Amino acid sequence: MAPDAKAPVAVPGKSEIPTKPSADVWDHVADMDEFKLLLIAKSEFVIPAVIVFVVYYFLLPISVGYFPQFMDTRIGPVNLAYLFALSQFFVAWLIAALYVRGARKFDDFGKRISENLEKHDAFKGGR
Amino acid sequence: MSLTLILFLAFIAVTLGITYWAAQRSSGAGAYFAAGRRISAWQNGVAVAGDYMSAASFLGIAGLIAFFGYDGFMYSVGWLVAYLTVLLVVAEPLRNAGKYTMADVLAYRMNPRPVRAMASISTLTVSTFYMIAQMVGAGALVSLLLKGTFITFNMAVVGVGLLMIVYVVFGGMIATTWVQIIKAILLMSGTVLLSILVLGKFGFSLSNFFNAVQHVTYTANGQQVVKDFLQPGLRFKPPYGALDLISLGVALIFGTAGLPHILVRFYTVPDAKTARYSVVWAMVLIGSFYIMTTFLGFGAATLVGRDFISKNGGTNMSAPLLAQAVAGNVFFAFISAIAFATILAVVAGLTISASTSFAHDLWTNVIHKGVERKPGEEVKVARITAFVVGAVAIAIAIMLGPTANVAFLVALAFAVAASANLPVIVFSIYWKRFNTAGAVWGLVFGLLGSIVLIFIGPSIMGVDGKHFINHAPIFPLENPGILSVPIGFLGAILGTLLGGRELTAEEKFTELQVRANTGIGAEKALAH
Repeated sequence: MAPDAKAPVAVPGKSEIPTKPSADVWDHVADMDEFKLLLIAKSEFVIPAVIVFVVYYFLLPISVGYFPQFMDTRIGPVNLAYLFALSQFFVAWLIAALYVRGARKFDDFGKRISENLEKHDAFKGGR
Repeated sequence: MSLTLILFLAFIAVTLGITYWAAQRSSGAGAYFAAGRRISAWQNGVAVAGDYMSAASFLGIAGLIAFFGYDGFMYSVGWLVAYLTVLLVVAEPLRNAGKYTMADVLAYRMNPRPVRAMASISTLTVSTFYMIAQMVGAGALVSLLLKGTFITFNMAVVGVGLLMIVYVVFGGMIATTWVQIIKAILLMSGTVLLSILVLGKFGFSLSNFFNAVQHVTYTANGQQVVKDFLQPGLRFKPPYGALDLISLGVALIFGTAGLPHILVRFYTVPDAKTARYSVVWAMVLIGSFYIMTTFLGFGAATLVGRDFISKNGGTNMSAPLLAQAVAGNVFFAFISAIAFATILAVVAGLTISASTSFAHDLWTNVIHKGVERKPGEEVKVARITAFVVGAVAIAIAIMLGPTANVAFLVALAFAVAASANLPVIVFSIYWKRFNTAGAVWGLVFGLLGSIVLIFIGPSIMGVDGKHFINHAPIFPLENPGILSVPIGFLGAILGTLLGGRELTAEEKFTELQVRANTGIGAEKALAH
């Protein structure tokens, strides 16, 4: 943490009343490179992930709905339909795990943005 | 049977103790509505699971699989995958930008009064439908489980209603959270135990188990039939079955992220990162549970059988009857008590989200334009609302009676959540041009679209004399999602485009985007 973390600026959480940062703080953050990179990093993960899970999920009702005979093909003790349904759980868990791993990068960007912001506010507060 | 009653009473005693403890600690709005935002990731994850896995999950899915095999399992899949929408799209921005309710985020950039009013109406609609379904289920279940004792349907409904009122009015979100955590732990242990016992009946051999599942015997139209229960299509039949299945999927995977009682749980954690980890905890529990519905449902189909279940209380009794079949009356009592705890925890979650929305959105922000006239007024209004909500739910459940077909109410709740709430949540966070008219239109179109489609569909209309309206269904699907979700999105887009540019909404987009993505300015956890 920066040494000036206790300065009475937009460092919320020090009191029970959340600080309301002033309007130009938002534009200042929105202009930061770290923030732009954060948005890009997020959409690079989230958009493909949403497409993959939505497509993978809807293949299940489509295939069992329209091709029930084919989906009833035996595989070991069960059938294709059951295995496909079961795979949905593991795919969902996998995507969640990948997201949690990817999100560490988002948290790092977030941390750098807050640190930059403290400098910015300290600068403003000092003059 | 008296053992079931003793276990019920034990659960009630423990949860009332927690409520007392929570009432001592909780003061102020942040504590009452959001448990002081100090719930940890695993606690919230378990509580989300407890809030989510309703009677429809535990009793309903076990029954659907016991009666229709594979098609019932399709619900299980959708109910887990839905959490990816929560995790990837909704949970973190909501935690960062909101305070107590879903409407906090929806109204953030907009003219707050119309948006909050509509969002609150949508929240109350979803919660009420969902709650009536739970209450009728609870009453039917409890009166059945305690058959032979003095408890009747009406008494059971009043009992469940009063307990949920006590939890919410006195214990607020802290008590609700712990009731949900205890219930989730009970439900998971009961399900694991039941699954092991079922497998034990097949010599712990999956291939023996699934072999039996492929030869399920029951009576249909007076004749013995043998069916392969792994085969798709026993419930969702042509000509519209496939489309109904897809439509169900739409409502499930997009509806969960619009369920107000699930969304408010993310305000109880200290920050967005904790919210994220709590979704993962919830996914582990919920996923494991729904995989085990394989053993619950197919176990009931093979070891108990459709015929026996039909004669002894119907589909919803499948799981308790299975417990009785594999391990006798003590285990039956245990599983029945878990079912009871399950319902209580869910109705408590629904009550607190409905009353929070009324107090925070309608009372403070719409009627009194965002000013709390006296300190503590919002909490007081929420407490009164919780009482009223409980009383109304009791009255409606008693009016409908134990035999009412209420499954469509849950379908309706998911459809409204997916069609009205989700489009507006997504556009608020991700579409700069989105405006007040868009938010209001999206909510109205989604809400009316799903209600109208359900009411002209086969849940309400039919020619067999068992339906509310004796007429062939106008809309062929039980699940309106495939049409009502696009209607919701369309309403939101049309409203935005026809409503004209709204400069304040566009200016505030930067603010919301920064807040939602970084957590700067987010509500913090309260100190002791």
